[in-house]
Amino acid sequence: MAIFLTKESKVIVQGMTGSEGQKHTKRMLASGTNIVGGVNPRKAGTTVDFDGTEVPVFGGVKEAMEATGADVTVIFVPPKFTKDAVIEAVDAGIGLAVVITEGIAVHDTAYFWDYATQKGNKTRIVGPNCPGLITPGQSNAGIIPADITKPGRIGLVSKSGTLTYQMMYELRDIGFSTCVGIGGDPVIGTTHIDALKAFEADPETDLIVMIGEIGGDAEERAADFIKENVTKPVVGYVAGFTAPEGKTMGHAGAIVSGSSGTAQAKKEALEAAGVKVGKTPSETARLARERLSA
Amino acid sequence: MDLFEYQARDLFAKHDVPVLAGEVIETPEAAREVTERLGGRAVVKAQVKTGGRGKAGGVKLASDPADAVEKAGQILGMDIKGHTVHKVMLAQTADIQEEYYVSFLLDRTNRTFLAMASVEGGVEIEEVAATKPEALAKIPVDAIEGVTEAKAREIAEAAKFPAELIDQISNVLVKLWDVFVKEDALLVEVNPLVKTADGTVIALDGKVSLDANADFRQPDHEALEDKAAADPLEAAAKAKNLNYVKLDGQVGIIGNGAGLVMSTLDVVAYAGEAHNNVKPANFLDIGGGASAEVMANGLEIILGDPDVKSVFVNVFGGITACDAVANGIVQALELLKSKGEDVNKPLVVRLDGNNAELGRKILTDAAHPLVQQVDTMDGAADKAAELAAK
Repeated sequence: MAIFLTKESKVIVQGMTGSEGQKHTKRMLASGTNIVGGVNPRKAGTTVDFDGTEVPVFGGVKEAMEATGADVTVIFVPPKFTKDAVIEAVDAGIGLAVVITEGIAVHDTAYFWDYATQKGNKTRIVGPNCPGLITPGQSNAGIIPADITKPGRIGLVSKSGTLTYQMMYELRDIGFSTCVGIGGDPVIGTTHIDALKAFEADPETDLIVMIGEIGGDAEERAADFIKENVTKPVVGYVAGFTAPEGKTMGHAGAIVSGSSGTAQAKKEALEAAGVKVGKTPSETARLARERLSA
Repeated sequence: MDLFEYQARDLFAKHDVPVLAGEVIETPEAAREVTERLGGRAVVKAQVKTGGRGKAGGVKLASDPADAVEKAGQILGMDIKGHTVHKVMLAQTADIQEEYYVSFLLDRTNRTFLAMASVEGGVEIEEVAATKPEALAKIPVDAIEGVTEAKAREIAEAAKFPAELIDQISNVLVKLWDVFVKEDALLVEVNPLVKTADGTVIALDGKVSLDANADFRQPDHEALEDKAAADPLEAAAKAKNLNYVKLDGQVGIIGNGAGLVMSTLDVVAYAGEAHNNVKPANFLDIGGGASAEVMANGLEIILGDPDVKSVFVNVFGGITACDAVANGIVQALELLKSKGEDVNKPLVVRLDGNNAELGRKILTDAAHPLVQQVDTMDGAADKAAELAAK
């Protein structure tokens, strides 16, 4: 069954005709994603050929949904246009909007999040600044490499793209139900908690791996949530133990300010909630194996 | 990017937040003319991006232009919590009766903005929050609606400002919200916001932090960067669009993806515990592309760090194929050699993921004397730490 994304998902791509959009649409198609259209008002009515697959371009998200029944959009538009692209997706009422774009101004993200909230959060937003999500063997919405691993029974939720790939690789022989990259920005749509809740309810997920990093208190809140609501085993990893205070580590959200947001505090909160936390990605993978075979 | 007080003051003035006249200078002698312009008296304030400058002696009152020169001379060059004072601001004096606090900031937890206000300003607000939380009003601000006249009154009333000041305070809050939104700030803080003897409300000292992701629509912000203070390696990396942070260890780190690089720093620090406590020397994320040119730029910065004793290149090929990364490393080493750079530090390379075997073969065939490969992240970190400890 997986979470958020299945083989039934009909996916459109906002920004499909741009260079990143084209490159990754091609990859998504190759990994079996049902891409039903692209959006670009200036190229509406045309089609784009991806190795023999003709994908139609629509003028807007709403139009694309009406014509194709699309329920997922993947957004690749440049940062300065992302706010409008997300608002368009929310206005169209699409079920899932995956925002890959990196480098969005926080005021723009806060604005579209507020907008989505006022519209009743009918559109699930994943990202921004994330690799998207993959349900191996079924569908891939974003830029996660599809050939790292296979379908299986581990659910993965991560702030970091490359650590998502690393963890998928470490546990590639076991396989994953769904892997969700939620992004490393200060404001994101889908959180660790949203993914934990969905994995807890997913009969095809037996164990959850959650990857966090310094900054904010999302991991601490996830720990509280796990304590109360998650019965499945959870294994965790937190990156950034050696990060100094006040220095942003690559992701806009990855900064330790004062005593809050440290990796140590997150690790302790997770362990207090019964989550086994690995010191390194490989140790985390080992803990996951132990829990699965226990 | 955090701004200096004088830069915050300028942004406040630009958006009609009431501030006192003030000018920034870099030599003591310049204080004379400025103080004359300010009416013969001035407050001389050290410009440093840290708190506690008052306690450190970085704020002094000058009673006349000659005194201002002397006080500026005392403060310029002073060390405040590791920050050298290169600039002082001379500000008009004011007869302060009350000190308040107001700020707007991002509330990550609730994914919205937050207004904070207190009639107990002039001290560290963290202290007020810890000791007298009821004295600090926290009001969520909707990103779309923003701070309207009504919202501003709500904030001012929640903080229990005196009734006769509510209009003035509300006006300041609306203007400060303009600074917050129109300048794409992550934090706008006024501490203290003061009431003077004639009952006027003025922003006396401010802190502003700007969002670098908004630079595309904020062309003026580049000029606010304190290029002189930046670490020379960080400045060089920035000029090449590299995501680099200088740390104080000995193992140079290059990787792809912010999370993986952070993780690499940790793994190297753990490995270092067994090798004379060596630590990571930097954070460097070369991103998804990892072309030969980016790799060369990254290596050049890291090899230029005299603290670096060994280099760990940790790449997981996701979209990037490892053979491309391996070619990038080989070409980067050639490129640096052809530029006459002295490449003499050992490189430990770990390639995994997409086309890893092909990538490893390329490095094996190239047989560069300084490059060695280790297949796992933990093993490679251990090797890099061992080499750095030698």
